Amino acid sequence: MTSIVINRRSLLIAGGAVLAAGASGLLLPARAEGLAPTASMSGGANNYLKGAAIVDRIGKGGFWMSGTVRRAGDGAPLAGQRIQIWAHTTEGQEHEPQSHGATLTDKNGAFRLEMPQIIPIFGQPHGHLAYDSGEFKTVFLRPVMKSAKETSLEAHFVLQPA
Amino acid sequence: MKSARVILIWAAFAAAICVPIAAATMSPQLEWRGPVYILAGFAGMIALGVMLVQPLLIGGYLPGLPARIGRRIHHWTGGALVVAVVIHVAGLWITSPPDMIDALTYTSPTPFSPFGVTAMWAIFAVALLATFRRRLRLRTWRIAHTLLAIVIVAGSVVHAILIEGTMETFTKAALCALVLASTIKVMTELRVWRKRTALRGETIARQ
Repeated sequence: MTSIVINRRSLLIAGGAVLAAGASGLLLPARAEGLAPTASMSGGANNYLKGAAIVDRIGKGGFWMSGTVRRAGDGAPLAGQRIQIWAHTTEGQEHEPQSHGATLTDKNGAFRLEMPQIIPIFGQPHGHLAYDSGEFKTVFLRPVMKSAKETSLEAHFVLQPA
Repeated sequence: MKSARVILIWAAFAAAICVPIAAATMSPQLEWRGPVYILAGFAGMIALGVMLVQPLLIGGYLPGLPARIGRRIHHWTGGALVVAVVIHVAGLWITSPPDMIDALTYTSPTPFSPFGVTAMWAIFAVALLATFRRRLRLRTWRIAHTLLAIVIVAGSVVHAILIEGTMETFTKAALCALVLASTIKVMTELRVWRKRTALRGETIARQ
């Protein structure tokens, strides 16, 4: 035999849960509606070479650069978007052509490109990514690794129509 | 006994500057850097080393080098500091022009850049003031130099500590701590802001 005891605590928890569910249901689409475009980061375009070739891997690989590309406003994933990636790695300096490569996003708007290990340059271990294909406004990102020992780095784009 | 102390002080002084630079030559980062970038990095370290020399010379803390002689050497090492900073900046400019332009225009994403660039301008300002020193009132010159030296030392130490580069963390921190400590020691002992001390020092400084 089970009896349902409604005391003040259970009422508060249940009420809170309903409120939270309701609020998130209301807030999430609202937030997605207003998904702000990613701004270019300062220094992001440094040593950019326009039109890097789409490659399976930059150099010998060993390090993974990944991220997503979404549309500003509704946050819809953007497939087939070209993302260019470059960095100072164990196989070349930032401005050297072999340090550059590009990849396309999949149907979920995700991209992933293997590249050589990024090493600190100008005092910070960092990578560079660019969306510069014309359909949306150009964005340059410059994410910094928490430690030079890390073997992956992420960067996310929210693009707005050009 | 006295000579042992002299040797010990000089050995500690040499080690304070040479050990961090020697440690940096072991850095694995060097393998992936070009010669100009490596030169620029070491010029920066030498500049930091000179910043330890400067207050020690002025304070007369090195045995066999009283402040009277130390002050003369201080002028030359000050000139060397300007040269080292110019090589540091020029080398980094050649390595990556856009990154150096960002730094010089205070638009760099790296937090240490504005500290280094501010220290650089303060070093140039001291060098410029030093060339016109005889036209300045002694007290004006000493206060101006002291204030700029505070900017130089504080800026350079923060700059060096925040950089993830070829310097080994512990030896870099130790050198920075010694630069700070010797600067604070010489400034508090000389009391440049005091009129009386300034006048007493005048006969020496004008030589």
